[in-house]
Amino acid sequence: MAGLTLASPSAERRTYSPWRESWRRYRRHKLAVVSAVLLLVLVVAVVFGPLLWRVSINDIDFNARLEGPSLAHPFGTDDLGQDILARMIYGGRISLAVGLAAMMVSVIVGTLIGALAGMSRGALGHALMWLTDLFLSLPQLPLLLLLIYLFRDGLKAVFGPEGGIFILIVVVIGGLRWMPVARLVRAQFLSLREKEFVEAARALGASRARQVVRHILPNALGPVIIAGTIDVAAAIIAESTLSFLGLGFPPDTPTWGRLLYDAKDYLDIAAHWALFPGAAIFVAVVAINFIGDGLRDALDARRVI
Amino acid sequence: MSQYILRRLLIAIPSLLGISLVLFVVLSLAPGDPFSELATNPNVPPEVRLALRAKFGLDDPIYLRYLHWLVAMAQGDWGFSFASRMNVDTLILQRLPTTLYVIGSSQLLALLIAIPVGVYAATRPYSVFDQVANTLAFIGFSLPTFFTGILFILIFSVKLDWLPFVYTTDIKATGTAWLGEQIRQAIMPVMVLGLFQAASMTRFVRSAVLDVIRLDYVTTARSKGLGQARVIVRHVMRNAMIPVVTLIALQIPAVFGGAIVTEQIFRIPGIGSLLISSILANDTPVVMAVTFVFACLVVLFNLIADLLYGWLDPRISLR
Repeated sequence: MAGLTLASPSAERRTYSPWRESWRRYRRHKLAVVSAVLLLVLVVAVVFGPLLWRVSINDIDFNARLEGPSLAHPFGTDDLGQDILARMIYGGRISLAVGLAAMMVSVIVGTLIGALAGMSRGALGHALMWLTDLFLSLPQLPLLLLLIYLFRDGLKAVFGPEGGIFILIVVVIGGLRWMPVARLVRAQFLSLREKEFVEAARALGASRARQVVRHILPNALGPVIIAGTIDVAAAIIAESTLSFLGLGFPPDTPTWGRLLYDAKDYLDIAAHWALFPGAAIFVAVVAINFIGDGLRDALDARRVI
Repeated sequence: MSQYILRRLLIAIPSLLGISLVLFVVLSLAPGDPFSELATNPNVPPEVRLALRAKFGLDDPIYLRYLHWLVAMAQGDWGFSFASRMNVDTLILQRLPTTLYVIGSSQLLALLIAIPVGVYAATRPYSVFDQVANTLAFIGFSLPTFFTGILFILIFSVKLDWLPFVYTTDIKATGTAWLGEQIRQAIMPVMVLGLFQAASMTRFVRSAVLDVIRLDYVTTARSKGLGQARVIVRHVMRNAMIPVVTLIALQIPAVFGGAIVTEQIFRIPGIGSLLISSILANDTPVVMAVTFVFACLVVLFNLIADLLYGWLDPRISLR
């Protein structure tokens, strides 16, 4: 198929496949490449860490309370003598999982609503856009807190303390962050649906669903991928904020935000306790944001690099 | 212009109603019954419970309950806080000025940083200054407010011992000493919130100015012999500020989120910390009212942004 596409004979630069071209553009953003490596290291550490670092997260040792970094405890210990490195590995799994899952929710909801609004030419499109604007002007953190306050106990009874709060946090964070994706998808759809290649598909008798799935959606994905990447970072911050306010995961689940919440009363005697999880959140978020920036360079074909 | 203001005011009403509807639906979907305690209390006969339910309208259809709730909210009857033993509206009015003071000063600080830095970076795109500012801005909005708050306390209170890290309302001093203390204790919270805002605003300002600075009318102004400062301030800034105002308005919900966190870290007695403490105390009327106040503030600031928009670009208010 690719061999049949005629490249313009006068083109001076060699043409690459779209993926290779994107990779070439992505590589030019040095910080984005460094960030991708950093994030990969973080993910590998969090996923495979427990295999190498076999200290339990719940081992209490009162002889080693609030100790700074040492060989036995590379990131020090907390007020019960628990190993902070082990707790951070455990918490990192939750924080990253929440980020990814909430991103999936917001991208799926946003793409659905944006696609519906972009394809309909009547009242439905207007109503959906009004809904999007309404959600954009909702105060997110207060509403997030309100929803968790109201639904926490009900879900805890059904899915258990950790599972229930995980589902709740993912659905609520994702459910409050789909609006930018919806707007992007709608804008893309409005312009793409009038393009010649879609008209050609329509003339060939392609059904509406086929037009959307085969022709419009793949071309609208670039901005969605970028927005989705940044959503992961925002979801990680949102989850950490909830845990930091003491309203996220249950107290014995050491997410990064929860570690900070527990550490904030011991800043004068055990600063390391707050610094390591805080740095982990910062590294994850800044790396994801830079990756999003690099993807913007890579996927926006109009930008000349 | 007055017609434009009126039209904007009228547009704000449906969004307020929409927000109140969202809040009410959330509350009514939530599990739990305000009379569940009575149900398990053997001293209360079931007839009394049912009569109470009927009296408070809990068996009415949902749209009637929404209307009742809305009318009560509009009349200022916001309920009673069980944790603080006072009416919710007086409680919120006590706390609101502190929140507005902190948010207002931090927004001011953010503008004072973002506009000069963003404009200067845009006049010299891809220079060293631009790249440093860009990277710092990127780091700035990737640092969550709760972590910057902790870092600031660690550096300025614990290590250097320059600033107090707990905000107090009853400072034992008068006159200028009182004012000095008041400013001193607000420095850290305002810096935390302001720097976070400044980071994203700088990027907005930079890209908006970059869009405008290449336009023909700017070249015309330059070729008339106007100085660089005058071209930037009089010709570029006014047009560049239009998209910036919109973007700042879109950031307002995030500002309130940051304010809640900041108030919690520094124990500022504003409505953000009130929200957290009432959630922990299961004080539902206060939780609902504070969320609604935050929503109203967002709508109010969007309205202000719309009005600024009309002032910056007269074409909009004529349409």
